Amino acid sequence: MKLQCPMPELDFDIITLGHGSGGLLTNKLLDSGVFHLFDNEHLRQRHDGAVLQLKGKTAFTTDSFVISPIFFPDSNIGELAVNGTVNDLAMCGAIPKYLSLSFILEEGLKMTEFWDILVAIKSAAEQAGVQIVTGDTKVVEKGKGDKIFINTSGVGQIHARAQISTQNVKPGDKIIVSDSIATHGVAIMSVREGLEFETAVKSDTRGLNYIVAELLDEFGEDIHLLKDPTRGGVATVLNEIARDRNLGVEILQKKLPLQNEVSALCEILGLDPLYVANEGIFIAVVTDKISEEVVKKLQSMEFGKHAAIIGEVTETHPKQVVLTSSIGGKRIVNMLVGEQLPRIC
Amino acid sequence: MKFLSEYRDADLAKKYLDGIHATVTQPWNIMEVCGGQTHSLVKNGIMDLLPKEVQMIHGPGCPVCVTPLHLIDKAIHLAEEEHVILCSFGDMLRVPGSEKSLLQAKAAGADIRILYSPLEAVQIASDNPSKEVVFFAVGFETTAPANALSIDKAHDMGLTNFSILASQVLVPPAMEAVIEDEESKIDAFLAAGHVCTIMGMDDYYPLVTKYKIPMVVTGFEPVDLLQGVLLTVQQLEKGEAVLQNQYSRVVKPKGNLKAQELIHKIFKVSDREWRGIGNIPKSGFELRPEYASFDANLKFNIHIEKVEEPKECIAGLVLKGIKKPMQCSQFGKKCTPQNPMGAPMVSSEGACAAYYHFSGAAETLA
Repeated sequence: MKLQCPMPELDFDIITLGHGSGGLLTNKLLDSGVFHLFDNEHLRQRHDGAVLQLKGKTAFTTDSFVISPIFFPDSNIGELAVNGTVNDLAMCGAIPKYLSLSFILEEGLKMTEFWDILVAIKSAAEQAGVQIVTGDTKVVEKGKGDKIFINTSGVGQIHARAQISTQNVKPGDKIIVSDSIATHGVAIMSVREGLEFETAVKSDTRGLNYIVAELLDEFGEDIHLLKDPTRGGVATVLNEIARDRNLGVEILQKKLPLQNEVSALCEILGLDPLYVANEGIFIAVVTDKISEEVVKKLQSMEFGKHAAIIGEVTETHPKQVVLTSSIGGKRIVNMLVGEQLPRIC
Repeated sequence: MKFLSEYRDADLAKKYLDGIHATVTQPWNIMEVCGGQTHSLVKNGIMDLLPKEVQMIHGPGCPVCVTPLHLIDKAIHLAEEEHVILCSFGDMLRVPGSEKSLLQAKAAGADIRILYSPLEAVQIASDNPSKEVVFFAVGFETTAPANALSIDKAHDMGLTNFSILASQVLVPPAMEAVIEDEESKIDAFLAAGHVCTIMGMDDYYPLVTKYKIPMVVTGFEPVDLLQGVLLTVQQLEKGEAVLQNQYSRVVKPKGNLKAQELIHKIFKVSDREWRGIGNIPKSGFELRPEYASFDANLKFNIHIEKVEEPKECIAGLVLKGIKKPMQCSQFGKKCTPQNPMGAPMVSSEGACAAYYHFSGAAETLA
């Protein structure tokens, strides 16, 4: 459910350089509703940083968001900025707790757009159960940015049963994707300038922390590795696993869960879904014995209906990801070289 | 997905594969003409499944690969002009020019836009009257109608700031050049399905008759390719040479007449230079004189020195199917998809890039 927060009455309708000066305008911007929107005990201190009480092993991560367009079907860069960092923490086996939030705004950004992004951030943070405890706002001259860049960093407490590490990955482990692949990247492509497909494909951006926590509660150390296949897609994550563990990965094309619309748009646009970005799924490498149960569990959840075992870790062909095509042929799935560029024909 | 999943059906694919294995008795070299077919062969791991007697030779039908080096240099030069917006299909961007690629020029600040349709470039020209918009019109018969349409539309709109830098090439003359090459050892062709969708099949009958070489117009999905190979092998084993149409669900014998009409309204057939192959008579399109004002070559007075291709690069021999990419001394060493020396290593349709991926698989899976 999307939050509805009306924008406060302001005497400015666009962001100007002064809003990043640290002076009167900055304070006016923050007081206009930003602080109120994210209100919590840490922010209320209005100090230079947040003082946090953390217990036990802690995960710490950071991510920057520079996506264009900043608004896309059913979501925007703000939601992405929260979910991205929340998910990076979740992939470490952590329960996300606190986030920092930094903006680099381009002069001229409409205040209404900025407000919509702020509301999306609030909504995503509430859904993930994290607090925004510190932040920063800078404004750059027109043409020196692309409307808005966001950086979020986050800390989270490691789940008591989590033993997530690439080093735990073993031959015979099964590789699971938690839901349909390539959805986010295709949703973004569909609204890029000049494409504008009429499509029902929506970004899958969402916080994965609750799903991960439930899996860790139940399966603990049998979950060897969790990774979210954002930029570079599933292929890149699998290649990283193969490379870092000096093991092989084998996947079956026919097991890859793919929405019909996504598959069709990939065909039209000449994209390989294995390399398309995701924001709301993860790859789990788990022991063989729990793999079926993990899939069943995921399929019973709202955001895991299409979860599937897509392949396994092997001792053969170390450092390589080999895909068996739908007709039984084999090919290497390499790391993406540069950006995925659409083909001529 | 309808019209796709049927042609990726494992059982049907196996039926054709079994047919090929049962039919073949001796070695045959079959050239798939189109880069899209090469891409599909690799992506689906088909070469791995064919009997060793059937060698697939990757043809010159990769528009990225055959665009002359000096034309890429010209595009880069234009893109670097302050007042120019250069528009291109995506996979031209990584092709190395003599000094750099379009992607590198873009990174250095050139206004280069990746488009899916030349019509978008017309729109950009209309939206930016103070800029010159140049579309890098690269491609085979398949892209010619859209390129022609862009000129037709720009003409109707009275746009004076739109032009194309054309490398518009034709498949049948290139196939003939490959057959005529003394070193070539092609026994049969899978003709390019999408090219025939536009142009029809008439141009291929004379080639089949003159050179007594089997040709099967073939699609791009695994089942299409396997059926195409089976039909070709059946002809070869029987000593026949006829033109068959495997891709009849899309290709009509006369092609798309409306598209052809539009092409001929805007373009006329001309000699063309092919990277790696050289000049081939009547192997491309150029703008008709009445549309010359849309020709970026004439509009901008750019003189680009012709640069020699890197000597170690055997792209030309690969494009003609004479050498396999692995027979190149630089293959996988100095020349990789990350750092290509020649165009066939750039596009996923290029034979070298295809082999780069496939050969790794072959070694590992052997």
